[in-house]
Parts: sequence; structure tokens; C-alpha cells
Amino acid sequence: MSPIIKVENLGKQYRIGAAQASYATLRDSLVGTVRAPFRRWRRRGAENSSETFWAIKDVNFEIAPGEVVGVIGRNGAGKSTLLKMLSRITEPTTGGIDLYGRIASLLEVGTGFHPELTGRENIFLNGAILGMRKTEIAARFDEIVAFSEVDKFIDTPVKHYSSGMYVRLAFAVAAHLEPEILIIDEVLSVGDAAFQKKCMGKMSSVARQGRTVLFVSHNMGAVVQLCSRAIILKQGECILDTDAPTAVSRYLNESERLTSAATFADEPDKDVQILSVSLTSAQGESISVHPHTDAFCLTIDYRVTEWKSGSYVCVDVFNENDVRLLWSSDVRSVDEMVEQRAPGAYRARVTIPGGVLSPGFYYFTSAIFAPGRGTAFDVKDKSVSLEIADAGSLLSNFGIRPHAATMIPLGWETSRLN
Amino acid sequence: MDVTKNNRVLDTAALHASASNTETETATHIQTPLPDKPLVSIRPSKSWTPLNLRDLWLYRDLLYFLVWRDVKVRYKQTALGVAWAVMQPLFTMVIFSLIFGRLAGMKSDGIPYPLFAYAGLLPWTFFANAVTSSGNSLVGSANLITKVYFPRPLIPVAAVIAGLVDFAIAFLLLAVLMVYYRVELSAHILMLLPLVLLTTLLAVGVGMWMSALNVKYRDIRHALPFVIQLWFFASPIIYPASIFQDWRWLIALNPMAGLIEGYRAALFGRPFDWLMLALSGGLTLTLSIYAAFTFRRMEKSFADII
Repeated sequence: MSPIIKVENLGKQYRIGAAQASYATLRDSLVGTVRAPFRRWRRRGAENSSETFWAIKDVNFEIAPGEVVGVIGRNGAGKSTLLKMLSRITEPTTGGIDLYGRIASLLEVGTGFHPELTGRENIFLNGAILGMRKTEIAARFDEIVAFSEVDKFIDTPVKHYSSGMYVRLAFAVAAHLEPEILIIDEVLSVGDAAFQKKCMGKMSSVARQGRTVLFVSHNMGAVVQLCSRAIILKQGECILDTDAPTAVSRYLNESERLTSAATFADEPDKDVQILSVSLTSAQGESISVHPHTDAFCLTIDYRVTEWKSGSYVCVDVFNENDVRLLWSSDVRSVDEMVEQRAPGAYRARVTIPGGVLSPGFYYFTSAIFAPGRGTAFDVKDKSVSLEIADAGSLLSNFGIRPHAATMIPLGWETSRLN
Repeated sequence: MDVTKNNRVLDTAALHASASNTETETATHIQTPLPDKPLVSIRPSKSWTPLNLRDLWLYRDLLYFLVWRDVKVRYKQTALGVAWAVMQPLFTMVIFSLIFGRLAGMKSDGIPYPLFAYAGLLPWTFFANAVTSSGNSLVGSANLITKVYFPRPLIPVAAVIAGLVDFAIAFLLLAVLMVYYRVELSAHILMLLPLVLLTTLLAVGVGMWMSALNVKYRDIRHALPFVIQLWFFASPIIYPASIFQDWRWLIALNPMAGLIEGYRAALFGRPFDWLMLALSGGLTLTLSIYAAFTFRRMEKSFADII
């Protein structure tokens, strides 16, 4: 099938310190004009020197109609620049893009919302900004209002809206755009859990209608869920273009450097502070890749200046999709809580049995909490990480990737019935 | 927060299922055939290209909504509301009548001074406000420019057109004044429409040009009020162009001069100075075309430097 989006040798060059250049004054520019001929004469061919950098360089891809493609990469990899060029916000320096369909981009929800205008008025204004005709908006008005769930306040100025209502209304307008190509940037990270679920539902239905979607996100779960294909950008270049699950796992594998131990500077004003966190094998050796069948230990060293009655040490284990798989604390019930710990240094060690974590990447958050809502002495967010390698699980022999989050060995019994 | 994250992530098995679902449903969807030529071709543009009129036409509804927004928002939460549109030229007129009309005894071509001054202040107030708001409009819309595509000229143009509403309201007071001073209308009044169009075009031209420069050089924001003030004194508002006698061509280099004199001729049935008017019209057109090209040349870097 012929492509609906064709990107050829696309490049975008920025000047380093463009921000300063933008605040150039008229005087600078006048002086610059006078000096320009001399400068050109003096520094011929200095164009490609360190003064410029390529935010996007030699990117080529084609997207067929109906494809849902994820664009992933670290911050600064050029994702936003690519999207901005596709949505005609900024011009490429080299190469070009051909679009064979109507395009709409959502780099943000609620672009152009005016706080003084009512919900109704903002629907029309925002719709027009996103490229809808007045008649189109009028035709979909009721649907938009219903989706946003703000019908009671539709004639109230949006400055009186709660942030949740505001975002719901904004997303509702955007979700009812009907272009052939839709470009989405991280807009899913809005609203409460229920609304996010609704948004995801809307997104996948958009995709299923045969619309072509380009989706940029840091949420690998969403990329895998929505997209059939994904492109990885790294330093402005397209390094991989393949099916979404492969791309996501490749991205996670290569971009995350594993840290098996972390130490933290002492902050004397903290009553209780985590000094170091480390991952070791059961034998105490430092590990970064560990067989899934073997137990391993997480060690938390901490300092106590003033202990609060009932405080506890805990750990969260996240998988590569940012799902919190496991939580565990050094006290298991109120009865076990520690009344008092004398000032000094302590070491807490937890052993995670073999087989609990299936092959993959894991991130560990350690924390010490004082009792009472939200009072943390110290939290070290994902300070250590570990790869669990498949040490010959049953399914791996058949070439099946582990497809469950955990593989805790369970007891099976087989008995003959006749 | 964590709950939401859990919601979004499926395990791999469900993933494959959903992926295959998407494929089958896509296959059943009837695809409209793609056009042979791309609808939009994005290439680095050459530096001197004319305005993209087709795009402007496609986005005409947006122009309407931008104007509507400006008008709607302008007098929200003000106690006097739309009365402000009349207040500004009215009070200026009263003060000028006292100082220049009474104390200084300024000539006014035989027209009662208050009427003379108001007829000049009316187009001037529109022009000055339109250019000021238009000149600052792009910088004020940075959030739009960096987030969504639409033809950029719409923003400064909408700012000018929104000013026309105030212009029309202030005109009502002029009508009252004219009845009060028993001014008889003549066929010259028909020139009013072309004059308003020319004034609007001039404001669009200057406004677009200033707004584009303002993106790159924030000096404009500070220089503009000053320039407008000088321009005010260079225009025959408090004085008639006739005081220049043989040197009238000098004042005619200011396109607003011919227009303001034109308004007076149209309203009070006095003879038109066609040469001066033609000069103003020519200058307005030249300036607008130049502004359109400058804007086009600069707009491609707006999103990067705003």
C-alpha cells in the first residue's frame, strides 16, 4: 500500500544558544549587519562547527494508512522536533515530508483555551484552532460535551473549572477531531484514573477506525498497548523501526544503565536517612544481572538521629513497564512495629526468593516511613536496578518470552485417578 | 497514581491479542483512496515567497473565532464595558478642544473644533490601538504558535479586525456630534467605506510587520508606543493639513495624513485632496505588500525563537 506519510532525509538544525539569539536586540542585529560581510570573509565554512547541532538528522520512514506508530526516545532525542515538523509548527532544514491526508496534531490539550470564555465558547475556539470548521464543531458539539462530562458547567467560564474538568473538556474537543492522520504527544497523562482509561479507549477506537496515528510517549505500556509499530530515536537519528513490543524492550534494555548499589550524601537535618542501597546475591556478591531461579538480597543502610515510634523500612519493586509488582516492609503488622531505635547506623536486608521475578528489568525504590499519612523520613526512588535473566525456564525452551510478571514457584501435585 | 499506571499496562499475552484485533479491524475498514499528489508537502522554504492565500481561506473560521474571542474578552470584568470604546476618543477630544481649540486657537478649516478633533481622533484611535495590539499579538500567542499549526498572519489580522468593533461604536458618538452641530451630509460620505478599508489595510500592514519583528526583537514592544506617539503628532489630528500650505507633500509622506484629511472631507462634505489621498493609498498598498513578504520570510522561525 502506498504510504500516507513519507519522510525523506529529514533534518533540523538548531543554533546552540538559540535562546540567547532570540533575545538579540535590534542594536545587535544592526551591528551584525554591518559586520556580516567581514565575518563571512573571516570564517568561511565555519557553519558546521560546534555552533550548531542537528536535533533531527537523516530520518527516513514511511507510514501506511491505518498504521499506529509509536515514537520513543529519551528526552532530547528529537521526538518533539520531529512532531513539530510533521505538524508544520517548525520548518525542516533539510529533506521533507509528504502528507497524503488531512493532519491534526495534539501536542498539548487545551491549546488556546481562554479562561474568561465559557466551556461552550472554548469548544468552538479550540476546535477552530485545531483546524475544524465551525459546522463540524457544531455537528459534534453534543458528543464533545457528553464525553467531557461537564454538561452542567458548559456555560460557566473555564477559569472556574477544576483542573480535572478543564482537562476533560480539552481532551474531549481533541478526541473528536477527525483527520486522516493524528499526531499525539503525551496527552494521555491527564485527568484521573477513570478518565485516563476513557482516553485510552478513545485512542484505540480512533486507531481501529483506520486512522493513521503517530504517538509519542514515555509510557512504554501505552506504546505497546496502542501501537503496532514503533520507531526509536536516539540523538536525532532513527536507530530502530520495528514492531512495538520489540522496540520497547530494546529501548529499555539499551537505554537504562543498571546500578547495583547507590550511596547518598548525609543530610544531617533528616531524623532518619538512607545512606546506601545495594543489590547482592545471597552470598553477598554485587549483582547487576541475576538468574531468575536464584534468591538475591536488597540491603538498606540507614542512620537514625531521632526515631519516631512505629516507623518502618520498605521497598517497592517496579518492572520495566513501571508496574509496581511488589511491596514489602521490615515490619509486617502493627504488633511488630518498633517503638524506639537508639541513634546510630542500622542495616536492613531483605531476601527475595528465586523465581518471584520473571526475566526482565526491575527497579527498586527504598523508603523509610514514619507512621501517619505520607510522612516519609526518606525515599530513594528507583535508585537501584537489576536484570533478571532467564536461567532456562520451561517456556524459554520453546522460544516463548516470559509472559507473566511473576513466576513464583507454586506447589503442584499430580495423582492418578483411576 | 500507581493504579492508573497499572490500568494502562497490559501483560504481553493480552498485548498480542489486542494487536491482532487492531489488524483485523483495520483490514475490514474501507480505506478511501489516497490522492496522487501529497496534500501537504513540507520542505525548507525559500526566503521570498508570497502569502499562502489558500491556507488563509481554509482557516477563515479560525479568523472569525479569534476576532470573536478578542471582542468578547476585551471588556469582560470591566464596570463600564463597551463604553470604553467611546470614552478614549471622547475625553481626548474634550481635552484637545480646551487646550488647542480654546487656549491656543488652533485653526480647524472652519469646522467646529470639537467636531474637527473628534473626526481625526476616531480613525487615529482605531489605527493606534489596532497597531499596538496587533504588534504584540504574536508574542502574546506564543503558546499557540509553539503547539499548533495554522496560518500565522491570522493572529495580527484578527487583532486589527477586533479593533473595528470599537471603531464602529465610537462612530455612533460622531453621529451624535454631527447632529448636534447640524452638519449636512453630502455624497462625499460614500467615500467613508473605502477610507475605512484603507485604514484597516494600513493597520494590518504595520501591525503584521511589527508583530513579526517583535518575535525576534523584543525592542519593538518598548519602541512601539513611542513611535505611535510621534506618528500622532505627524498626523493632522489636532491641526489641519492646510497649515502646511506649500509643504503639504511633506506631511503626505505619512499615509495616515491623507486618510485623516479624507475622513474629514467625506464627513463634512469638503473637497477631497485627491493627490494626497492617492499618495496615502499607494503607500498603504506598498507597505502592506512589503509587510506580507517580511512576515512570510520571518514566520518559519517563529516557533523556534518565540
